[in-house]
Amino acid sequence: MLEIKNLQVRGGTKDILRGINLKVNKGEVHAIMGPNGSGKSTLARALAGHPEIEVTGGSVTFEGKDLIELAPEDRAREGVFMAFQYPVEIPGVNNAYFLKAAINAQRKHRGLPELDAMEFMALVKEKAKILHLDPSLLNRPVNEGFSGGEKKRNEIFQMAVLEPKLAVLDETDSGLDIDALKAVAEGVNEMRSPDRAIIVITHYQRLLNYIEPDVVHVLQDGKIVRSGGKELALHLEEKGYGWIEAEPQLM
Amino acid sequence: MAQLVEQDKQTSPRLAHYLAEYRRSLERGPSQPRWVAQARESAIAQFERLGFPTTKIEQWRFTSVEPITERTFALATDGAELAASQAQPLSAPIAHAVCVNGRFAPHLSSNLDRLPKGVRILGIEATLASQPSLLEPYLAKLSLTQTSAFTSLNTAFLRDGIVVVIPARSVIEQPIEITFASVSENGGSISHPRLLIVAGEASQATVLERYVGQGAAFTNAVGEVWLGVNAVVDHYKLQEEAADAFHIASMLLHSARGGTFSSHSLTFGGRLVRNDVIARLDGEGVDCTLNGLYVGRDNQLIDNHTTIDHAMPHCGSHEVYKGILADRARAVFNGKIIVRPDAQKTDAKQTNKALLLSDDANVNSKPELEIFANDVKCTHGAAIGQLDDAAMFYLRSRGLGVSDARAMLVRAFAGDILNRVKIEPVRTYLEGILTARLPHVE
Repeated sequence: MLEIKNLQVRGGTKDILRGINLKVNKGEVHAIMGPNGSGKSTLARALAGHPEIEVTGGSVTFEGKDLIELAPEDRAREGVFMAFQYPVEIPGVNNAYFLKAAINAQRKHRGLPELDAMEFMALVKEKAKILHLDPSLLNRPVNEGFSGGEKKRNEIFQMAVLEPKLAVLDETDSGLDIDALKAVAEGVNEMRSPDRAIIVITHYQRLLNYIEPDVVHVLQDGKIVRSGGKELALHLEEKGYGWIEAEPQLM
Repeated sequence: MAQLVEQDKQTSPRLAHYLAEYRRSLERGPSQPRWVAQARESAIAQFERLGFPTTKIEQWRFTSVEPITERTFALATDGAELAASQAQPLSAPIAHAVCVNGRFAPHLSSNLDRLPKGVRILGIEATLASQPSLLEPYLAKLSLTQTSAFTSLNTAFLRDGIVVVIPARSVIEQPIEITFASVSENGGSISHPRLLIVAGEASQATVLERYVGQGAAFTNAVGEVWLGVNAVVDHYKLQEEAADAFHIASMLLHSARGGTFSSHSLTFGGRLVRNDVIARLDGEGVDCTLNGLYVGRDNQLIDNHTTIDHAMPHCGSHEVYKGILADRARAVFNGKIIVRPDAQKTDAKQTNKALLLSDDANVNSKPELEIFANDVKCTHGAAIGQLDDAAMFYLRSRGLGVSDARAMLVRAFAGDILNRVKIEPVRTYLEGILTARLPHVE
């Protein structure tokens, strides 16, 4: 589904990603872990098409399409979703109104009929129920005045409504208390499906207790330095990121 | 007279043109009551004395009227044709009056004879001929107190226009709509539309003034609004003249005790636009709301000057002006609040914000507070910004195209002004033209 080859990204004068290789298949959940400054969020932003990300080399192919060439909205319409580490507050734009416009922009792109107000409300109510989301959030401006936990849940809620093929969760666990973390993980697990791939980017192993990954990658200094099963995350939790540097991987 | 001619030679030929037009209009126009002739005479004298403003004058510092003064606008003649679409009302009004080039056009107006008892919407020229006493206490009484060359010029050419009279305790729920159309003749003509609203004690009405036009016409408008004790007037001015039109307008408000006035100034059209709103709160407990929204593109210049004069205690004023500028459009906002010594317990709040959609657009914004009382609350705030890049990316990352994302953010920016527009068809119409007028991007 997603194939990243030798991806290089520059930020200012610094090389942030220095040759990422990653292959994610349908139905898989990959965790990408790494210390602060390792390039985790840059990778997420590069996948979503953030305008400040300058790709200087390599390729990203999503279902046979060159993702780098696509505008952010076209990536979304093709089925890529990023849950933001810091969801943006947009005063004056109603959450439900925004989400209806978004889903219909995507449906239009895919040649599907647009949802009318009734159909949309039915969909939204169903998803809100699954995520135990307070429906009154829908009538508020996007993320404005939301608590940290509400913002992250709103991201997962948007993901549930938009039903992407590939979801990238950028540190969705950061700043969440245990109840919010469980609620978010539950929402993500609901979304697991043989047709969908999920990339969970996190600093801590904690989230992976609730979202069990198929593959764990360790990102350090702009490169994936180790990949393994879910036990890799436990090792990291025990020994810290220093352990990887001390013990070169046997290829 | 000889002296006048002598002066013409010395001063600018630009003024001389309008002085000559004035004399011609006296010769050709209808005979008028003596008090009107006197008002016109003193107005032309003031115009001659003031001359057109230059950017050396503080109130015109950022707005050069050179594009107006370098042209020679002839007084528009009667009988210009108006496109049928421009004569249609917008607000599902109780009655609709139309003026073309400042002249009342009864054949384009509708339902003026089906108004509630005592409510009158009339042409000023006809009323001056038939019952001048109805107008005498009010007409030109506010405009003559102003020292503005353009306001004086309008009064000097006073002939016609619309008068709206709401009798005491009359409550009209549907809006009254007035269309002022400026149709340019021979590549550029001037007209002097005039509106007079007299709202009697405890009356209530909503008035929509809509300015439309064709070609490089110069509309030099003056409105006077008299609010009686406890009267309520909700006023809308929607300006959508042609892209090469010139529009200079003053709206003068006088409110007696307990009056409630809200103004919604909505500016879209015109090449050079100047709106002055001057409100005198001349009784206790007056509540005055001035809201404004302007949208400029290309080379448009939109200048809004407001003055709220708190003359008496316990009055409140609330002012929010917002602008959206694209391309090389420019705007000026100047909000003056005067609190006179007697105006204790004044509560005045002013906010103005501009959203610049292009690096070449700019706005000059200035609050001006003159406070002579000590027990008052006055606040003001201004902000100028661009579209939030983070918000744009967020919306796009969910599948919205650049145009849709931008439209959503622009709509959100204008939201608090649009949401206060209580005439529903007008609000819907505004939402449509708001983004339709902005340059398309994808």
